[in-house]
Order: sequence, then structure tokens, then C-alpha cells
Amino acid sequence: MTDAVLPRVDQGAPTARPGRRFSWSWLGLVPFFAFAGAFLIIPTFYLVNGSFHTEDGAFTLQNYADLADPTIIGAFQASIEISAVTAIIGGIFGFLLAYAVIRGGLPSILGAALMTFSGVASNFAGVPLALAFTFTLGVSGLITILLQPLGIDLARGDFSIYSKIGLEICYLYFQFPLMVLIMAPAIQGLKAEWREASENMGASTFQYWRHIALPILTPTLLGTMILLFGNAFGAQATAYTLTGELNIVTLLLTRQINGDVLNNVNLGYAVGMGMVAVMGVTILAYIWLQNRAARWQR
Amino acid sequence: MTRLAWWIVFIIGALYFLVPLLATFIFSLGQPIGPKAAPPSFEFYGEVLTSPLFWKSLGYSFVIGIVTIIVSISLLMPTAYWVRLRVPRARPFVEFITLLPFVIPPIILVFGLIQTFSQNFVPLTHTDFGSNVLLVAAYTVLSFPYMYRAIDTGLQATDVRSLTEAAQSLGAGWFRILVFVILPNLRVAVLSGAFLTLAIVIGEFTIASFLARPAFGPYLYLLGSNRAYEPAAVTIISFGLTWLAMIMIAFIGRGGRARVAVNRVH
Repeated sequence: MTDAVLPRVDQGAPTARPGRRFSWSWLGLVPFFAFAGAFLIIPTFYLVNGSFHTEDGAFTLQNYADLADPTIIGAFQASIEISAVTAIIGGIFGFLLAYAVIRGGLPSILGAALMTFSGVASNFAGVPLALAFTFTLGVSGLITILLQPLGIDLARGDFSIYSKIGLEICYLYFQFPLMVLIMAPAIQGLKAEWREASENMGASTFQYWRHIALPILTPTLLGTMILLFGNAFGAQATAYTLTGELNIVTLLLTRQINGDVLNNVNLGYAVGMGMVAVMGVTILAYIWLQNRAARWQR
Repeated sequence: MTRLAWWIVFIIGALYFLVPLLATFIFSLGQPIGPKAAPPSFEFYGEVLTSPLFWKSLGYSFVIGIVTIIVSISLLMPTAYWVRLRVPRARPFVEFITLLPFVIPPIILVFGLIQTFSQNFVPLTHTDFGSNVLLVAAYTVLSFPYMYRAIDTGLQATDVRSLTEAAQSLGAGWFRILVFVILPNLRVAVLSGAFLTLAIVIGEFTIASFLARPAFGPYLYLLGSNRAYEPAAVTIISFGLTWLAMIMIAFIGRGGRARVAVNRVH
């Protein structure tokens, strides 16, 4: 912050000899660009390039045309659906939860406990998360067993933890804690003066929310939900542990890399590019909303 | 009335958090509830804790985590420092690259790494050492977004220019400046990033399994498909480890602003 306020007294040598110094200084960044190039850019470019070629190395757009395969389209649809559902439910519930402990009049110790727990839960994912839900709602899971005497058999009924709904329940375990963590500062940022001012002018609670609080919070809310979407879309470990069978895009790609479905590695590259495209759109939307949200965060 | 509603929201949330943990814990005692109930016992914890495979995989992931932290910091700290001090024009490029892992999910990253380094100029996947290098490299890339941000925010709060000039006038070289002058000023940022990296690396599955590494994630996966109660015990232990890392971060950053990191290991 002081950077912006105080005038820069000393700019060092660069101002004296801008051209020459400038070019040499870039050399200091060589290790970073070399590392990123070798282990991030080149591998990604390898996939991009491969997606436009046949196995024999000829240029083609066929791999992208082949994405129209019903299995592949189905996988993208299922992944997008699961990500959207968990982002929306996790987002709304996470917001309500954060609001409950910050402004809901609950003891402040519960707020502190929720924050700590959210930090852990948002990082508790993958294999152990899927296993935990198997022990809860699986064939011999705790809830399944407790419900059996009541005549409800989760193991036999329509519900299965090894299904799309089951996966969504798992994903929510890391989705809404993340929402809590990101929304908490935004809710704390709702100034008491705004509420008082609106009440002084005779606004009802509904009007306060409709015209003041929600418009301010909406960019953060939506932005975080988009983040949650991307979080679920790229997830592989949880789904793979829970059930390798579901037709979602990360598992499709897993089967492809392990070499048993598409039998065409270049089509696999195109599937990968499809994922990157979805993630790219997601992140662009997020950045746009972040810039809008930043207006109120001072 | 509305207060009651907030209580209900909180209780639903708390149940959602706690029930799976409780169920896993009860299961780890040999599922002492239900039709085939056996008396609860801690024998499965004993079995896991005396299993060489458990310690080997945990040890492996721990070492990989430490190496990742060292590589990540020694790559990103000088870069962020140099960008701030000398080449502010490079900032957009560097930031863009550090945010790329958000767009490229781990499964795509490892797919690309395997394809690039299995058949071409540097066949790294053919040896254990090469695969370890790829694993550390992939984890370092995953750490880019939060690590770079943490370091850069730390640098912003430090008068880098004056510190550098003071150190230079006393005759310090670049290595000395970075390690003994700049790094100590970034300890909060760097340490919380380090613990987050450790938590992420120890639980990671996707990249480790595609590179066929004997890491903790694949070990737990394999245990989960072969055994009944031991995986529950390891899940509880793994939750405890995540908890420990988060407590360390909270402890280091106390008084400071809580940092939210979106990791990509789900």
C-alpha cells in the first residue's frame, strides 16, 4: 500500500540506462520460465499439438469432430451437471452457514470452530474423503446400518453412494467449506452503517437485502460459485476412489490414459483440451466477477 | 425466530461435517454397530501403525513434500523478488503462468507430462529417479498459485528496495541477500505455504498414481480396495494429519489475515 502513496525516490540504475539494463534483468527470470516451460507449458502444448494430429502425425480436425461421440458428450454433460449442482448447493449453503455464525447471533466460539473446520474440510479430499463416505453411506456404512431397523435399506433402494448423487454428496464436503472461507470476509465487510442508514430511511429487512446487501455480495457469491464449479470439474481422485465406473470426464480421461476405451490417444488429447476449454471459460468468468467484487472491498 | 433458523443451519452444517468422521471412526474400531457387531477395538490402528508399507508410503510422500517445498520456494522467491525489484514489466507474464494450474487440472498436467517425458528427448518416466523428478515438478507447478501469491504479498509488505541496498552496501551478494535478508522477512508467508504444500502432497492421488509412485494416496487407495477396517483407521490418521497442517498454518499466521487457498487435489 505504501508503494502507491509514497513517491518513488530511488528507481535505481534502470532509469539511467533503461534499454540495456532492462534486457539483462530479464535473465534473472530464466530459471522460472525454464521450469514452467519444461513442466507446464511444453506438456500442455504437447497435448494441444497432439489433438490436431492423427497418430501418424498428419494434421487433422477429426479428433475434435470425434468429441461428438455419445459417451464423450455424456461425460462432459455429467461432469458439468455435477459441478454445477455442487457449486450451487454448496455455494448457497456455505453462504448461509457463514452468515449464521457471523451475523446470526450464534456464540462466537462456533464461528471460530467453523472456520477451523472449514480449513481442514476444504483440504480433506480425494481418497480419504471418498472412503469416509463409503463408511457412512456405503453397503455397511454407519447410516445404512442405523436405517435398516427402520425399514429403510440404502443398500437396496434407489439411493447409492456409488452414483452421481453419491458423488455430489462427497463433493459438497469440500465445496461448502470453501464457500464459508471465501464468503466470511465478504460478510464481515458488510458495514453496520449501511444497515443503520437503510433502517433510518425506513427500509425493511427485505429491502435491505434486496437493494443493498445482495447487490454488494452478488459478485463474490457468483465468483466463488464459479470457483467451486472448477473445483469439482477437475476432480478425479474422489470419484475414482468412490467408483471408477461413472461416466464423467476425469474418469473418461483416466480410462483413456490407462488405455482401455477410446484406443486413440489423440482423441484423448482432444478430450483434455475440452476440459481445459471449460476451465478456461470458468476462470475468465471468475476474473471478471472478481474485478466487480473488488469495488466494494476496501 | 430468525435466530432459531440460523441455529438450524449451523446444526445441519455441523452434522454434515461430523457424521462422516464419526462413521469412519466407528468403522475403524471394527464396525461395533449393526447386525454383525464385534466389540470395538483399536487393533486396526495397531495393525496399520506396525505396517512397514504405511510408514514407507507416508515417509515417501513426506520427503517428496519437503523437496517440493524447497524447489518451489527457491524457484518462486527469487522470481517474485526480481520481478518486484528489477523487471516489473514481467509481472503479467509471471502471474499468468502461476495462475495456469487453475486452468489445467492435475489429470491434464500429468497426462501431458507422461506424454512429453516418456518418448522424447528426456525419457524421465523410465526410471524411478526420473519419475520422482516429474512428481516433484508436478507438485511444484500445483503450488505455483498459492505460493507465488503468498510470497508476493509478503514482499509487498517489506521494503525490498531499501533492504537490498543496505545489504549491498555492506557487501552482500545476491545469494546472501535472498537467504539471509529477504527470506526471514517472508517467514509467515513461506511457512504457511509450506504447510499447505505438505498437506496437499501427502493426500495427493491423481498424479502420484499415474506416475506409479509409492506415495501415501495410492497406498490408501489400494488398502481401501483390499481391506475392510484398516482403511478407516488410515482415513482417520490422514484427517488428523490435514488437521495438524491447518493448525500449524493458523498458528503461524495468527494475527494476520487468513489466507484461502484453493488446491486442486480433489
